[in-house]
Formats: sequence, C-alpha cells, structure tokens
Amino acid sequence: MSLAKIFGWFTDPANWQGADGVPHRVLEHLLYTGLTLLVALVVAVPLGAWVGHSGRLRWLVTGANAARAVPTLGLLFAVSMFVGPLIQSDLAFVIPSITVLVLLAIPPLLSGTYAGIDSVEPAARDAARGMGMTGWQVLTKVEAPCALPLFLSGLRSATLQVIATATIAASVSLGGLGRYLIDGLASRDYVQMVCGSILVAALALVADGLLALLEKRAVSPGISGRATRVARSRARNSDPHSEPDSDGADRSDPDPRQAALVGSGTTGPVQATATTGTPSERDRT
Amino acid sequence: MIRFEGVTKRYADASGTESGDGSVAVDDLTLEAPTGKITVLVGPSGCGKTTTLRMVNRMITPTSGTISIDGRDTASLDVAELRRGIGYVIQHAGLFPHRTVLDNVTTVPRLLGTDKRTARSRAMELIERVGLDPAMARRYPAQLSGGQQQRVGVARALAADPPVMLMDEPFSAVDPVVREQLQNEFLRLQSDLGKTILFVTHDIDEAVKLGDQVAVLRVGGVLAQLDSPATLLADPVDDFVAGFVGRDRGYRALSFAAAPELSLADEPTVSLGASADDVRAVGTPWVLCVGDAGEPLGWVRAAAVESEVTRTVLHRGGTVASTTGSLRALLDAALSSPSGRGVVADADGRLVGTIRAAEVIPAIEARRDAAASPTSAEEATAR
Ligand SMILES: Nc1ncnc2c1ncn2[C@@H]1O[C@H](COP(=O)(O)OP(=O)(O)O)[C@@H](O)[C@H]1O
Ligand SMILES: [Mg+2]
Repeated sequence: MSLAKIFGWFTDPANWQGADGVPHRVLEHLLYTGLTLLVALVVAVPLGAWVGHSGRLRWLVTGANAARAVPTLGLLFAVSMFVGPLIQSDLAFVIPSITVLVLLAIPPLLSGTYAGIDSVEPAARDAARGMGMTGWQVLTKVEAPCALPLFLSGLRSATLQVIATATIAASVSLGGLGRYLIDGLASRDYVQMVCGSILVAALALVADGLLALLEKRAVSPGISGRATRVARSRARNSDPHSEPDSDGADRSDPDPRQAALVGSGTTGPVQATATTGTPSERDRT
Repeated sequence: MIRFEGVTKRYADASGTESGDGSVAVDDLTLEAPTGKITVLVGPSGCGKTTTLRMVNRMITPTSGTISIDGRDTASLDVAELRRGIGYVIQHAGLFPHRTVLDNVTTVPRLLGTDKRTARSRAMELIERVGLDPAMARRYPAQLSGGQQQRVGVARALAADPPVMLMDEPFSAVDPVVREQLQNEFLRLQSDLGKTILFVTHDIDEAVKLGDQVAVLRVGGVLAQLDSPATLLADPVDDFVAGFVGRDRGYRALSFAAAPELSLADEPTVSLGASADDVRAVGTPWVLCVGDAGEPLGWVRAAAVESEVTRTVLHRGGTVASTTGSLRALLDAALSSPSGRGVVADADGRLVGTIRAAEVIPAIEARRDAAASPTSAEEATAR
C-alpha cells in the first residue's frame, strides 16, 4: 500500500510540472552538481597533478583528506551566516552551498589525481625524460594517461558524494531534489520524502554508470589490463616448469578489452593510497 | 666519441650542500668511449656506474668536469635536443604501459616531428630487427615477457637512429637463458649498426662478453682499469680488479682466443636406432651418436645399450665446440665429454672430429708464447 503511494506520487502529473516538478528539480540538482564539480576540478586537478609530478607538498593531499571530517551541514550554516549579510539576491545562498560542496569534492579529486600521477612507474617516467620529453610532455603524454584510472575513480567518488549531499542546498532555501526532503519533512509528507530520496539515488546511479562507461572508453587497455598481468605473473612464478621466455607468438593473451573489464572495477577508495604515500626515493634531478 | 674529462659528481649530503664533503659518486673521471664501439662500465653496486651514464644525457648534472660528444660539450646543448639524439635503454625497459609496442617505438621520431606513417613503418622494421614477431606491434607492454619488453626498449632507443646509445643494465632483470639470447642478438645488431655505446652492468661476465673495452670502477667512482676484455682478464692492475674479475679468469680469458687449426681425430659414429651389436662393434666404451645431417646428438655408453640406440640412452653432458669458436669452447668440449674426446662441429653444426684436452693445452701454451711477443698480441685478442 505504501508502495502504491510511491507509485502514485511518481505517476501524478502534478509532480512533473512547474518549478516544483521533478524535471525542474533534477535540472537544478544537476546544475549544482555540475557547477561544484567544475570548480572542484579546476582547483584539484592542476594541484594534484603538480604535487604528483613534482613530489612536493604532499601534505596538501593529506590535509585535504583530513578536511573531510568537518560536518557539512554545520559548515554550510557557518558559511551562510558569514557570506549572507554581504550579498543581496539568491547568490547569498548559492555561494555558501557551492563552496561547501566544492570542499567536499576536492579531497577525492585531489587524491585521485595525485595518486594517479604518483603511481606512474618510475622507470616509464625516467625513460620519458631520458628520451627528451619536456616536463609538460611527460605530464601530458605519459603521466596523465597512466593516471586516468585513479583520477576517474576519484571523479566517480566525488560525483556520488556531491549528488547525495547537494540535497543540503534546500536547507538554505535553494532548489534541487533536497526540496522534496525538506518540504516533505516540514509537511510530514513522508511519501514525498521517500520519492525524493529515490530520485537522488537514481540520479547518482545514472551518473556513476555514465562515468563507468567513460572510464571503459578512455582508459588505455594497456593500463586497465594491469590486473590480468599481475595475476598471470603470479601464476607463472608458481609454476617451476614453465618456459622461461620463448619469443614469437607464444602467450595466449586475453583480449585487451576483456582485460579492461577486469581492471575497471577499481572504484575503491583512492584516498587510502594517497594519504599513506610515503615520500618515495624518486630521483628528480 | 663520448669523452669524460675530469668529471666529478658529488651528491648533496644531509646538510643539503653539494660542495663540502657530500658523498662522491664519481671522482675525477676521465674516459673516452670511442665511436662505433661498445664501452662497458662495470663495478660493484653503488660504484657510480648509473651516475656516470646519466651524466651523459644530463639526467644528472656533473658537479665539475666536462662531457663532450663528438667534440661538442653536452652542457652547451639544449637538453631535450641532446636527449633526443641519444638512445637510452634502462633496466626495466620503462615502456609506456598505455601505448602499444608500435607506439612506444615511434616515441622519439614523433617527438622529432617525423610523420606518423614514416615513423610507424620504420618502427615495424626495428621491431623485427630486434627479434620480435611483427604481430607483437599491436600488443601492450603488460602483455609481453620481460625479455620481449627489453627488446622493445632497445627498438625504441634505436628508432630515431641515434649515433650514441646509453644502456643501463638492460639485460639484468631477465633470466640467464634469455639474457644470453639478448646479449647475442645485441652483438649481432651492433655489428650491423656500429653505434657508439656506453653500457653499464655489474656483471663482469657480461662486461667481457659485450665490451670492446671495459672500464672497471671501484666504489667512490674511481676508474680502476680501462682495457680490452682480454687484457683485463690477463692482467688486472691491482687486487681490487683481480678480485672483481673473479676466479678462473685464466680459463675465461680463453674465450677471447680463437680456436686455432688443430688436427682433429676422426670419430666413429652410430645413428639413432643402431643395434647394440653395432655399438659394441666400434670397440670403445663411449660411442658418439649423430643425427641424419651429421650433427652430434650425444654419447652412448656401449655397455648400457640393451637393444638399440634411443634418445633416452644418450649422454648429454658434453658440450660441442665449433671450429669457428674459441679455445675455451674447445677445452670445455674436451673436459665435459664423458669419453674425454671433445666434440667439434663446423659452422653448420656437422661433426668434424674430436679432440682431447691434452691436445688443446699445447695450443694454449703456444698462444701464451706468441702473446709474449707484441706483434701477434693483437691477433690473439680478436673476438
Ligand atoms: N639521488 C642521489 N642522492 C644521493 N646519493 C645518490 C643519489 N643517487 C645515487 N647516489 C649515491 O651515489 C653512489 C653511486 O650510485 P649509482 O651511480 O646509482 O651506482 P651504481 O649504478 O654503480 O650502482 C651510491 O653510493 C649512491 O648511494
Ligand atoms: Mg645502477
């Protein structure tokens, strides 16, 4: 019966029209998310890339991760109180909301970018420089493509968090899917609240799915196949009778695209690798 | 020609200054790597080999001294340009994992502005030249074995046809069988290409095998001895070099002595499938078995043959020397043969005859006497 109510809410044409309708709210929600990610990317990617490339100021990444502990809602009210009196118009609410969301999105993006660049094999980096690539060429032609999987995990993680948390914008009288939760709570319309939550979850899933698709297309099979290689070399080492190394068409390699499927499941928390990154003995002369 | 002149590299010590008494990795090195030859830098771990090598393409900046290539001071050149003109091969190949083998090999030509098609067709040639199946061109590095990756690394370094190559322990991360293959093919390639090569290894056997000249470094980056491999083995300058060159250097030095014309004994042979009676009819306790093309297969102990000669009864411990090989191979064939008669085959692998250790020794003695008179020393060291 409760399920019927939810079904009823979704099929009620009134909920699909006007400023309070689902399409408009979803659009608002996406707008906040997109704006947040854009700002966060502009800040985090160059910074993370620079830290990873130069190996300097690693504590920035660690520090950003520590900042995640700050309670989002509290921060939102604090920023609103501070910024609110300074600005007339809606911006008085938009700026604090986006700021808080950006702060939320930066750590995973920063960690992802940094960890991605930092994970590039030192030998590949060394060879790149030794062959006469400039610093910029090393970054764009070698480090960036190799960093892509970890960066994209960071992006997925940030996107999920921002979509879920963008609901708080409604608590300072802005729109987005959070409206259904706040308004539903105020009017004790629990069906509306549940439906709002479902919409947030669905949006998050769709966004994550799209990013997963992007990951599969953008990451070189040579990198995403890394997982299969580790598995295989372990298998080879454990077999004392295996052929040492005969050249020619020998190995029955899995299709690289299949390898990509195996490797692309790495959406796990990148942060762990990034924060524990000990300063490696890399030669940066 | 690569020339080091009074090159010193001092790494910053804990206080962070390069002057003062920071650790000295290379100490006042003066050395010439002649054009078209392989110069090997060898020495124990931490003696400054890598530092020396990397100062040539300015991956490391010398603290003092100059390094010049064909008379041009490397410090005066644009660093990216300098590096693009030098082939660089490192231990773990350092291939780009996100690029196919083909695109790895085209890296430097593409940096130099060669168009894609030209770069690729040249890369395909090189891929075959270093002994890889052309089908591998589309693979990614992760799909190759260590030895194959190293071959790609060499092809990549050769792609822009640089006159100078720097190689830092390129073969030391692969197993011994593959290493030997790679070394042999490297020598074959070099005999075609005639690059000026600076090659780093910690393995003295590799050094004497590959080097036209070998520079032995001691810890602290001091050049201990620079000589041809044969001289290095025959005449180490001090205890350090002697110890580093290792035991049985007298025997190993024979690698550099071409086998002289010796009269070989005719060896009666049997084929696979010969009956026990045929084998015993030869009248010696060990009988040599040869294949259809006359290639030696192994020795058979006459008493052990029950009905006929099969592959399972063959003794395979003996090595086969080649008429075009070295005195070392000849002596080893004699020493490793269960019959005491060393098997010698021609360049095509067909049995020519056998020789006893006692007959090889006089040849060795004769060579020593000849080497004492300077005119023929040159000949004796020919590889
Ligand atoms: N970046 C560096 N900073 C400080 N010391 C270094 C650095 N690189 C090498 N060294 C020191 O210089 C010496 C020579 O190193 P290296 O040239 O790598 O030796 P090899 O290649 O012969 O093993 C070693 O004692 C090593 O510890
Ligand atoms: Mg080294």
